[in-house]
Amino acid sequence: MTLKTTLTGAVMALGLAVSGAQAQDDKTKVGFIYVGPIGDGGWTYEHDQGRLAVEEHFGDQVETVYQESVPEGADAQRAITQMALNGADLIFTTSFGFMDPTLAVAKKFPNVKFEHATGYKTAPNVSTYSARFYEGRAIQGHIAGNMTKSNIVGYIASYPIPEVIRGINAAFIHARKVNPDVEFKIIWAYTWFDPAKEADAATALIEQGADVILQHTDSTAPQAAAEKAGDVVTFGQASDMAEYKPFPRVSSIIDDWKPYYIARTQAVIDGTWESQQVWDGIGPGMVGIGEITDAVPADVRDEALAMKEAIASGAYHPFTGPLKKQDGSDWLADGETADDGTLLGMDFYVEGLNAEIPQ
Amino acid sequence: MDLSSINPILLLASIMAASTPILLAAIGELIVERSGVLNLGVEGMMITGAICGFAIAVSTGSPAIGFVGGALGGAGLSLLFAALTQVALANQVASGLALTLFGLGLSSLLGQGYVGIKPPPTPRLDIPVLGDIPVLGPILFSHDLMVYVALVLVAGVWAILKYSRAGLILRAVGENHDAAHALGYKVVRVRIMAIAFGGACAGLGGAYLSLVRVPQWTEGMTAGIGWIALALVVFASWKAGRVLLGAWLFGGVSVLQLNLQAAGVAIPVEYLSMSPYLITILVLVIMSADKSRAPASLGRIFHASQ
Repeated sequence: MTLKTTLTGAVMALGLAVSGAQAQDDKTKVGFIYVGPIGDGGWTYEHDQGRLAVEEHFGDQVETVYQESVPEGADAQRAITQMALNGADLIFTTSFGFMDPTLAVAKKFPNVKFEHATGYKTAPNVSTYSARFYEGRAIQGHIAGNMTKSNIVGYIASYPIPEVIRGINAAFIHARKVNPDVEFKIIWAYTWFDPAKEADAATALIEQGADVILQHTDSTAPQAAAEKAGDVVTFGQASDMAEYKPFPRVSSIIDDWKPYYIARTQAVIDGTWESQQVWDGIGPGMVGIGEITDAVPADVRDEALAMKEAIASGAYHPFTGPLKKQDGSDWLADGETADDGTLLGMDFYVEGLNAEIPQ
Repeated sequence: MDLSSINPILLLASIMAASTPILLAAIGELIVERSGVLNLGVEGMMITGAICGFAIAVSTGSPAIGFVGGALGGAGLSLLFAALTQVALANQVASGLALTLFGLGLSSLLGQGYVGIKPPPTPRLDIPVLGDIPVLGPILFSHDLMVYVALVLVAGVWAILKYSRAGLILRAVGENHDAAHALGYKVVRVRIMAIAFGGACAGLGGAYLSLVRVPQWTEGMTAGIGWIALALVVFASWKAGRVLLGAWLFGGVSVLQLNLQAAGVAIPVEYLSMSPYLITILVLVIMSADKSRAPASLGRIFHASQ
């Protein structure tokens, strides 16, 4: 970069900062950075529902802005910086890969509050928030283990990060509990959102005998592939994906960010915002379980709902011993439950999974 | 590792379907570039074709009309590019990039009401007799019509470029537009037709995604396939046969690597994930080691006064 362009950039940035400061009178400006398009029907869609809830709740008090389809990596930093320069008071960055860019931008804007979803690094003006999706995965695993006839469950994974590995483990433990013969076939798509690739992955799993598909990618393409195959069970991911009810989609994990987004916006308005790490599950309502349809046998549905209640009340933890790691070493003793630290950094499979985590 | 769980017949059949969108987009872009125009807007035209085809198929209930709509949508968008670069003489690279951005935005606007809707199913042809041949039947003769349309297009493009007068004129315009102009050929007219053909093919490829391969409408669903088609044309050194080979390689390795992963093959997943790109580029680069080169007027602006 030449000196001239650097200077031009700096002048423009200054100009924007000034105009941003002027524009920001009494309205609180809340920004959202999305990894996919709002219309993905899954992850980003639910975050945007949260944004709309903030607008509705506060009316004229707040103004929201968003940018969709921001790639994880260097370009994310540019997008977040732009939003901060434009006068946002609170910025939600809603994908794991935005973690380091968020922290880098937060350092330059100490007066702007940042909230990063699913990450683990914080700063005085950066909070993290995530949902205990693995609680929902446990219920999916229970249903999957009961419903598979081929004993092969396909799993479309995105990136080998703790959040995804946690989901695989939670689903597998509970599928094995009800069906000792069940095997998981796992495909790493290395993307959060690529409908064609997700459809191909689902088709590959179905062709190899899977009759239940779990997904940790954001689009509804695997649901469509399962519907085409005819007898394959799926679960809605991040959003209800209700258009595939009652079959192939038999249940879903729904991310409900609305209460959290409203609470944090309120905190900024009141001036009580503080850096924190939030990790809520079914109990507080951050993770919702979508309707379990009639395609699921009644007794399985009742068991699943009972498990949901037990998890919500805290009576049952999806990672309860005795559990061993994949290499056969002991992890949790009988009755012991996993601590959050281990779960947040989970980088191993539990015993029985016949696969390897990409390093 | 359990390779026996991969069914080679089903695998080859899904490869045929998986490579069709790239093949369609690439064969269209090949004609465009052979006429001396570099249109980087393939991605934008594909996604516009995807939503136009989807919307029309849903409202008419006929996937066939949907495909026509997708082609028209792609061609319509490409005419915007034609107006910018052939009439207004704008820079082709910048106009093409703008076309992609515009197409992505336009498609998400058009697609607002179509999220979560299912398209009418595109029937498989299941050609009688031929479709019943063991092994070959399911691989070659049990696809939807568009798979064959794509193959016929490739054969047609190859034959026209090689043997017909129209192909000769197109190549002349692409190699040296001044000479072609001096001979009395309408350079701008030829190029506009080539651009529209490229747009229609890209639109068809997009419609194939939203109507057959995925099948649903999701914003941003092309996810970069247009760029791969664009790269494929270059690596295939502007030859129709090699575009077909490249598309099959790319589609094939993409599907194969997912199958290998599911079968638990002991190759690190990272290598499997990059393999489609790596293998396709490698094979085509080795093949293009001969004398083939880009059309000489590629990307240059033509005006009759110069």
